[in-house]
Amino acid sequence: MTMLGSYLTLAAVLFCLGLYGVLTKRNAIIVLLSIELMLNAVNLNLVAFAKYGINASLRGQVFSLFTMTVAAAEAAVGIAVLISLYRRRATVNVDEYDELRR
Amino acid sequence: MDITFAQYAWFAPLFPLAAFAILTAMGRGLGRAGAWVATAASLLSFLLSLLIAIERLGGTAEDYTGRIEWLRAGSIMLHAGYEVTNLTSLMLVIVTFVALLVNLYSIGYMKDDERISVFFGYVALFTASMLGLVLADNLLTLYICWELVGVCSFLLIGFWFRKPEARAAAKKAFIVTRIGDLGLLLAILLLYWNMPNHALDFTSLYNVFHSQSDTLSASLTTLIALLIFLGAVGKSGQFPLHVWLPDAMEGPTPISALIHAATMVAAGVYLVVRTFDIFEASQAALAAVAIVGAFTAIFAAVIGLAQNDIKRVLAYSTVSQLGYMMLALGAGSTAAATFHLFTHAFFKALLFLAAGSVIHAIHTQDIREMGGLGRRMKITAWTFGIGALALSGIPPFSGFWSKDAVLAAALDESPWLFAVGVVAAFFTALYMARLFFLVFFGAPRGDAKAYAHAKKSPAVMTVPLVILAVLALLAGFVETPWNEWLGSWLSGEEEEGGINGLVVIASVGASLLGLYLGWLFYGRRSSSGNPAAEKASGLRRILERKFYVDELYELAFVRPLAALGRGLDAFDRVVVDGAVRLAGRSVQAAGKLNTRLLNGQIQAYALCALLGAVLLILAIAGRRFW
Repeated sequence: MTMLGSYLTLAAVLFCLGLYGVLTKRNAIIVLLSIELMLNAVNLNLVAFAKYGINASLRGQVFSLFTMTVAAAEAAVGIAVLISLYRRRATVNVDEYDELRR
Repeated sequence: MDITFAQYAWFAPLFPLAAFAILTAMGRGLGRAGAWVATAASLLSFLLSLLIAIERLGGTAEDYTGRIEWLRAGSIMLHAGYEVTNLTSLMLVIVTFVALLVNLYSIGYMKDDERISVFFGYVALFTASMLGLVLADNLLTLYICWELVGVCSFLLIGFWFRKPEARAAAKKAFIVTRIGDLGLLLAILLLYWNMPNHALDFTSLYNVFHSQSDTLSASLTTLIALLIFLGAVGKSGQFPLHVWLPDAMEGPTPISALIHAATMVAAGVYLVVRTFDIFEASQAALAAVAIVGAFTAIFAAVIGLAQNDIKRVLAYSTVSQLGYMMLALGAGSTAAATFHLFTHAFFKALLFLAAGSVIHAIHTQDIREMGGLGRRMKITAWTFGIGALALSGIPPFSGFWSKDAVLAAALDESPWLFAVGVVAAFFTALYMARLFFLVFFGAPRGDAKAYAHAKKSPAVMTVPLVILAVLALLAGFVETPWNEWLGSWLSGEEEEGGINGLVVIASVGASLLGLYLGWLFYGRRSSSGNPAAEKASGLRRILERKFYVDELYELAFVRPLAALGRGLDAFDRVVVDGAVRLAGRSVQAAGKLNTRLLNGQIQAYALCALLGAVLLILAIAGRRFW
């Protein structure tokens, strides 16, 4: 049981670090990286529960594999969007991406 | 049944209505020719009315009623229709005849007005609505035309709307008569609710109120009669709603003739005659009619003594004569009232048109600036004199016979009403003598240049005057004390003839005394005396201010209502508008707060989402401790 607790703690720390990065960083690439960090924290949770959970099974591990695949696709799309944004605006500073206000 | 002219009576209002439509649609293009369109329409109406009347003169023609279903909503059914009786046909002739002469006369009088086609359009609509009112077979149709008449009078009194007085007078006429209209509307609604089958036509009214059945309680009958009378008071300028009629003189003079002789004010008397069955069922209502009529007769005659505007004097004489008609109605004699309406139509139209001829010549309405016009305008002076004698009730002019009939009816009812009528007759003669001598006799007092330029009116204006003068002279012979032809024709019953010496002596004596005093004061010394120097005693001031009725209304109704209006306006501005503005402002403020929050940066949104999620979690977690 203690193992599960430490994994979950680690995952929570990673998640909070990612969240902090998403909310505070000005560089869009760092923000994307922070999102990846948050996703990985969730993956860690899934794997930890799959191994030490009450109903331990492979299902959690399979799910985390899917998550990684989707995350890879998401990263590809995200980077593509970022590049096109950069071409239009010549900046990666998220403070200047305020189209929603207009 | 043979085809009769009565079946086509509904064409009578249709001709002027068509003329109105034509003039409205293409008035500007027609220009002066538009006047002839309207005149031709009124001529057609007059000829038709004449045919109908001749057809009925035989006394064998039956009353004709034509009616269509107008509205059906559920169980409610409303009819529109027309009815031709002897009374109706008489009114048709009066209205169309006066309208025709007014049309003719206006061709001369209004020839320089650039809106002449608009004027004739209004006159045509006025005539059409009055004819509709006369023909209506039920109260609802009558009420619609009644309101149309009111609208037309508004349009025509305010015809010269660039004059502020004309605008004010038009508004005043409309608002004051509206008070009466409300009474009539309430009466119609009461009848509608209480009559069997919701019938509003005059035949049903006759049946219900003559059968002595208890369909309607006595108090309800009185209430309905009084409300109808209120409508008549408004339209016919009876005290206390007479104030609009003298101000209505701001309109063109032919309109004054039309309003005073044939259309607007006659509508009130006609309404009471038409619904007289209801009045007969209520003694109290009849007494109210008689008292209001008698009081108005003497009240307006006294005011007429001190007015200096030629048209205003005539206006007050109309108010006074309408008082006579109401007096006759209150005394229970519709025949006398209708007879006086009939003769009054001729001599009052004559007087107004003659006055218009004077005004047309010297461009002033102030009798203090007139004088000596008799030598310049012979036809006008003669015809005006005939009208004045008819109005004063000197035999054998028409006014004598009808006034005699009214006074005889009043004497049957009460000696007091009779006495008031005789005194009013004295004042009538006095102010007419004053008017006549000041305008046509003596030396010119006003602008010498205007006097020098005063020329005879064109034939199109004098011919109607002569026609009316002949009628003012002769129209009285249709109903004389020894030959009550008109009364029996109207009621369909043989009436007992008979001459009442007291009535004749009293009324003629009072009139002659009035004329003599008038000649004494204004005729004899008018060569040297200046009426402007008349003693300005207290009584005279009161009369000139018309017993301060206008001022009283101003104080009692206009000011408080205006204050109430201002109060409500302030309430609207501060409270209602304030609440609306508060709602707007608070939404705006909330919006401003939000724009600060929603700065378009995704990170700020994410922070909000996070805070929301935290709050949610806290709430879910916190539930455990409650």
